[in-house]
Amino acid sequence: MDFDLSEEQQLLKDSVGRLLADHSSFEQRQANRREAEGWSRALWAKYAELGILGLSFEEKHGGLSAGPVETMVVMEALGRALALEPYLATVVLAGGLIRHAGSDAQKSTLVPKIADGSLTLALAHGERQARYELADVATTAKKDGDVWVIDGEKGVVLHGDSADKLIVSARISGSRRDRDGIGLFLVDANASGIVRRGYPTVDGLRAAEIAFTGVRVKADAALGTPGKAFAAIERVVDEAIAALAAESIGVMSVMHEATVEYLKTRKQFGTTIGAFQVLQHRSVDMLIALEQARSMAYYATMMAAEPDAAERRKAMAAAKVQIGRSGKFVGQQAIQLHGGIGMTDEYKVGHYFKRMTMIDTLFGPADHHLRALAATEGLVEA
Amino acid sequence: MDLRFTPEEIAFRDEVRAFFKTSVPEVVRRKMTEGHHLAKEDFVSWQRILNKRGWATPNWSPEWGGTGWSPVQQYFFLDEMQQAPAPPPLQFGVSMLGPVLIAFGNEKQKKHFLPRIANLDDWWCQGFSEPGAGSDLASLRTSAKRDGDHYVVNGQKTWTTLAQHADWIFCLVRTDPAAKKQEGISFLLIDMKSKGVTVRPIITIDGGHEVNEVFFDDVRVPVENLVGQENKGWDYAKFLLGNERVGIARVGVTKERIRRLKHLARGERDGDRPMIEDQGFRERLASVEIELKALEMTQLRVVASEKNRKDKKPDPASSILKIKGSELQQAVTELAMELVGPYAMPAPDELDEGSNEPPIGPDWAETVAPVYFNWRKISIYGGSNEIQKNIIAKAILGL
Ligand SMILES: Cc1cc2nc3c(=O)[nH]c(=O)nc-3n(C[C@H](O)[C@H](O)[C@H](O)COP(=O)(O)OP(=O)(O)OC[C@H]3O[C@@H](n4cnc5c(N)ncnc54)[C@H](O)[C@@H]3O)c2cc1C
Repeated sequence: MDFDLSEEQQLLKDSVGRLLADHSSFEQRQANRREAEGWSRALWAKYAELGILGLSFEEKHGGLSAGPVETMVVMEALGRALALEPYLATVVLAGGLIRHAGSDAQKSTLVPKIADGSLTLALAHGERQARYELADVATTAKKDGDVWVIDGEKGVVLHGDSADKLIVSARISGSRRDRDGIGLFLVDANASGIVRRGYPTVDGLRAAEIAFTGVRVKADAALGTPGKAFAAIERVVDEAIAALAAESIGVMSVMHEATVEYLKTRKQFGTTIGAFQVLQHRSVDMLIALEQARSMAYYATMMAAEPDAAERRKAMAAAKVQIGRSGKFVGQQAIQLHGGIGMTDEYKVGHYFKRMTMIDTLFGPADHHLRALAATEGLVEA
Repeated sequence: MDLRFTPEEIAFRDEVRAFFKTSVPEVVRRKMTEGHHLAKEDFVSWQRILNKRGWATPNWSPEWGGTGWSPVQQYFFLDEMQQAPAPPPLQFGVSMLGPVLIAFGNEKQKKHFLPRIANLDDWWCQGFSEPGAGSDLASLRTSAKRDGDHYVVNGQKTWTTLAQHADWIFCLVRTDPAAKKQEGISFLLIDMKSKGVTVRPIITIDGGHEVNEVFFDDVRVPVENLVGQENKGWDYAKFLLGNERVGIARVGVTKERIRRLKHLARGERDGDRPMIEDQGFRERLASVEIELKALEMTQLRVVASEKNRKDKKPDPASSILKIKGSELQQAVTELAMELVGPYAMPAPDELDEGSNEPPIGPDWAETVAPVYFNWRKISIYGGSNEIQKNIIAKAILGL
């Protein structure tokens, strides 16, 4: 049991932190939102230079063979910077599926391009009727000779508008919520039959609604065995939850630090407002919420590579509840303790609150995961 | 960063787990599980078993009978003991006075008292709080005036836990009434059998007799019973109060209570359905389990950071542990109230062991409400949660 970062991990943390401090201040971030794709290609190239785009892929495919702790370090830093870039979409989600389901040949062609920043990806999995049920896939893939024909609609595809390629899930057999019978296919985002409607999300990032109409892909576009993709999807979503937990820590830390700083500078009634005990206690409550969330982010990181899916799912459900609840409390109180300033679009805290709020909805909010955990034997084993 | 335990740590955990499984007297385990008060003999017999094994005072320096365990081992020891469930070695001696004597006592005091604390030959109680000095402990007024080679003590302590069993009391007394309030306090050891000491019970809302008032009426205390220097008692008290980090969150206690709740909820029915199948109950339970897992990790972070702590100041995160830990212990008592339902109500006269009357309602019901009421204390004593927040605001947030 050792919570210290190794020398290399510390180096990674320092260098990502420095990169983002230099190139993604809050002002720069707001400017980057106005770029054509809603994020900065230039910054993305710097991520590539630093090596964080290839971080979790195996060395033999062009990655760095790093584990969940390194992903946590990067995600926390991205959270602190409120980064706009499609790291979650490309590296964690789509990249994760390539890692877990891809063939050696697929990895050898794709990983170097992900790592050098020339290929961005998005995971087109969620559908409107599915809400947070991962097995709910109505989009279909039908075999026609040696091609697959994909039809259906995917919703809120993170960074789906700017992605070069999409990994789309589609049903090959079974009924809509069956775990069995789901396939994953790698398609060119501009392939004929694909219509993408991109939009900004409330946290300042981007997503897309994507319609697939008779989209034809070759057999070798399948990731893993068609029909057997569910385990990989579940696993990658769990990894994404661990990553989001780490991102949340960055987001919450900034909100808390900004609040405490404000309590020390803002004066009313002839004194700094931090002299008021009710605000002291509130900021301590925020700290406790943050530290509890940090602990669960560590726990999620520890469990991200757990092969026993049921145990892993429980851990991620618990982490998602904790970060959802902590994040909501820290965010709401950060706004409250700033007073009117907290309400302004110009000030950074509101933007962190919005990101935190969207992180809660991603892959299911706290209530959803509480229900999921409550349906199991729980965390305290008999 | 490696969030797993080493094989050696796991082996150690298994060793202490096995020890608790086989060594805790059945009557003690049963009373703990069922929420009954322990008798004095229960504490004594159990602590002597621990002492025989060399495990009564793991937190002490090895020179004085400590085990020299790493923070992780200390953590496992307490966690497994809490989960067993077994009572900790009597805290007033082992966690509070012992470390103070080791740090500030003289050789004679150490040689005489420490082995007796370890074996629970002397039952110690803590005489800090007074009617006028609670959170603002330094405003205490019990006085000790020098008269030859004695101090003459007058005043009153209150909330003194288990003073009814005590042979000795360690007290904060005012030796210099003219000094600033923190600077005129001394740390004095007083024999409870001394002439002029009177103990009166305070019955708490659960109906139990756990706390007492202790009166001092011209009690003569030999000066050799002064710990450290005169008028430096406040420093020793701060040391004492900040000392306990590992185990303060009592995560193991809450784990054990949750296990018990789940067990009982399988047997208790709402109509045709066991309560464990009630969706709302399960969600409330899951909520507590999540916070508890987070707290366990927070606790491990504190444990793991012990080795990095250069100065000997207690980790400020221990205040977080206290607040969250108390909230969760209390939350579990609320879930038990929910589970027991209407049979929270009967309040039979006989709460103690040995009654031959059949139980009213479920045989586990009668202690549920008393424990719920009794455990409200956890967020009050040892520095109330409000005081903990004041400390964090100042020490961690710099407010
Ligand atoms: C069951 C039990 C066992 C105990 N055992 C012992 C024992 O063995 N030995 C011993 O010496 N003492 C013991 N205590 C005493 C305990 O330490 C005190 O009760 C505690 O320090 C609080 O003091 P008080 O009761 O005077 O409350 P007060 O200090 O009067 O507090 C009343 C309320 O005001 C709040 N408050 C006080 N000051 C502040 C502040 N500055 N800011 C914000 N809020 C504040 C408190 O949090 C509390 O909510 C025990 C208490 C209990 C309940």
